[in-house]
Amino acid sequence: MSQPILKVTDLKKAYGAIQAVGGVSFEVRPGEIFGVIGPNGSGKTTLFNSMLGQIEPDEGKIELNGQDVTSLGPLELNRRGVGRTFQTLQVFGKMTVRDNLIVAAQEHKGNMFSRMFAPSDSGLGVKADALIDQFHIRHVADKKAGELSYGQQKLVDIAMAFMSEPSLVLLDEPCAGVNPSLVGGISNLLKELNANPKIGSHSSFIVIEHNMDFVMDLCHRIMVMVEGKVMAIGTPEEIRSNKQVLEAYLGS
Amino acid sequence: MSKTNTALAMLGLFLLVALPPFFKNYGIHLSTTWLVFIIATMGLNLTVGYAGQKSLGHAAFFGIGAYTVAICLREGFSFWLGLPLGALLCFGVGLGLGFPALRVQAIYLAFATLGFNTAIWLVMRNEEGLTGGNFGINNIQRPSLAEWSFDGNLAFYYLVLAFTVILALLMFGLLRSPWGKAFKALRDNPIRAESLGIDTRNYTLLSFAIGAAYAGIAGGLYASQVQFIDPALFTVGQSIMMYLMVVVGGPGYFLGPLLGSAVGVILPEWLRFAQGWYLFVFGTAIIMLMIWLPDGLLSIPDRIAARRLSREASAMRAARAQGATQ
Repeated sequence: MSQPILKVTDLKKAYGAIQAVGGVSFEVRPGEIFGVIGPNGSGKTTLFNSMLGQIEPDEGKIELNGQDVTSLGPLELNRRGVGRTFQTLQVFGKMTVRDNLIVAAQEHKGNMFSRMFAPSDSGLGVKADALIDQFHIRHVADKKAGELSYGQQKLVDIAMAFMSEPSLVLLDEPCAGVNPSLVGGISNLLKELNANPKIGSHSSFIVIEHNMDFVMDLCHRIMVMVEGKVMAIGTPEEIRSNKQVLEAYLGS
Repeated sequence: MSKTNTALAMLGLFLLVALPPFFKNYGIHLSTTWLVFIIATMGLNLTVGYAGQKSLGHAAFFGIGAYTVAICLREGFSFWLGLPLGALLCFGVGLGLGFPALRVQAIYLAFATLGFNTAIWLVMRNEEGLTGGNFGINNIQRPSLAEWSFDGNLAFYYLVLAFTVILALLMFGLLRSPWGKAFKALRDNPIRAESLGIDTRNYTLLSFAIGAAYAGIAGGLYASQVQFIDPALFTVGQSIMMYLMVVVGGPGYFLGPLLGSAVGVILPEWLRFAQGWYLFVFGTAIIMLMIWLPDGLLSIPDRIAARRLSREASAMRAARAQGATQ
């Protein structure tokens, strides 16, 4: 099997006496959509924040394409091809949608000095337009992102994460607060982006989500976390039929 | 830039070139001061309006620029050495002032920069050997270049106008480049910016440094314009005034400093009739403005456009609702 894009080994993080993440290990394969589920307080967000360099884990190792990235911050991780979305909306409210997308990838081109003299769209206009069409947000492309509806902003937010063609994208509750009709749309978009070799080529996703139908439908493999530990990793079918998981999380 | 905007800019420039010969000396002096403050607040608009870093220390850079030129001239060096030296010095000190901004944000940053302003002001007041202390430095010569002398008030006005235009064009280019977007991203959401590979540290420091350099050039020109400087010109009060000009004009609007400086420099002159009540009238006007136009004067066109859009949208909804009931 090819080298995993992300390998997490025995990751631990405690807040005082609370062991938020207590020794988590898993691998994400190239092109895979990897779901992380678990009840509130199971350590999903702490795990996410460690992988994204927002917090430093107490123990353990995170490898990206075989390189140790455990102590890198969000900036370096992004430059190495890790994109992300946030649980809450995080767009640049006073910039247009198109500018939001352009600024999401411009720092991957050239250096500080050359960017001072680069064209306004950093040569990313075509790419931004392609994503705008794919996400069906053409009609709001020139509006300020902060003036859009919640669902539209969510789409912009997700599109931004894909502008720099990341090899790994971490999506933190992409369906949170989104109306049911849009959930299906987001799911289809993510499948498209995962399959499309042009935009987001060979990218792998890690998705945290509470919407079970969404996760079961979208993900290739799912990891179930309970109380900071891995309870099970497997295909959606395996997770659905895992007795332990059923009892602990999915309910009857 | 659209054709209309280019045409308007050309017309504005034409007026700035053509009108002053008809002004009296005092009008020329006032116009020059206005231009000087446009340069200074253009810099502050970058720091505050575009990059979102609350700075209340801008007058310190204005002062550093002014004193650099004044001291250079006193020691027998050229204005043309002093001015870039002042800008460079401000750039360096501005970088330094950027560092607290990496740790503290918003109002706390404002306090930190306010402290910086006070410290610089104390140096100006107490280092008598260097700055002349409370007495300041007088007899600051106006510059000349080759066979042109800028000694006369009108000639000096045109020199400042040339600086204003060049610096405005440079700022326009900078804000149009990817840097401009990175500054706005830093202002709107630094955490998201970082997650997209935007080096918020570099851009924060540079927003302070470039803003400071603009203030430095403005200060150097100002010293040469008024020919006498003392520490009282560069107090925290002056910094607050400059901040006010940015906010009144419209932070994050390219032409904001143009209007803001007019309000800060020219309006007080028009309010002279109010005499002792001047500050009261001025303050009340500012309060009203902040209540009705919190995003500054230049937000008016945006507001009108937004109102029109929402009116159109609701008309469309109403039409649709009517169609549905029929």
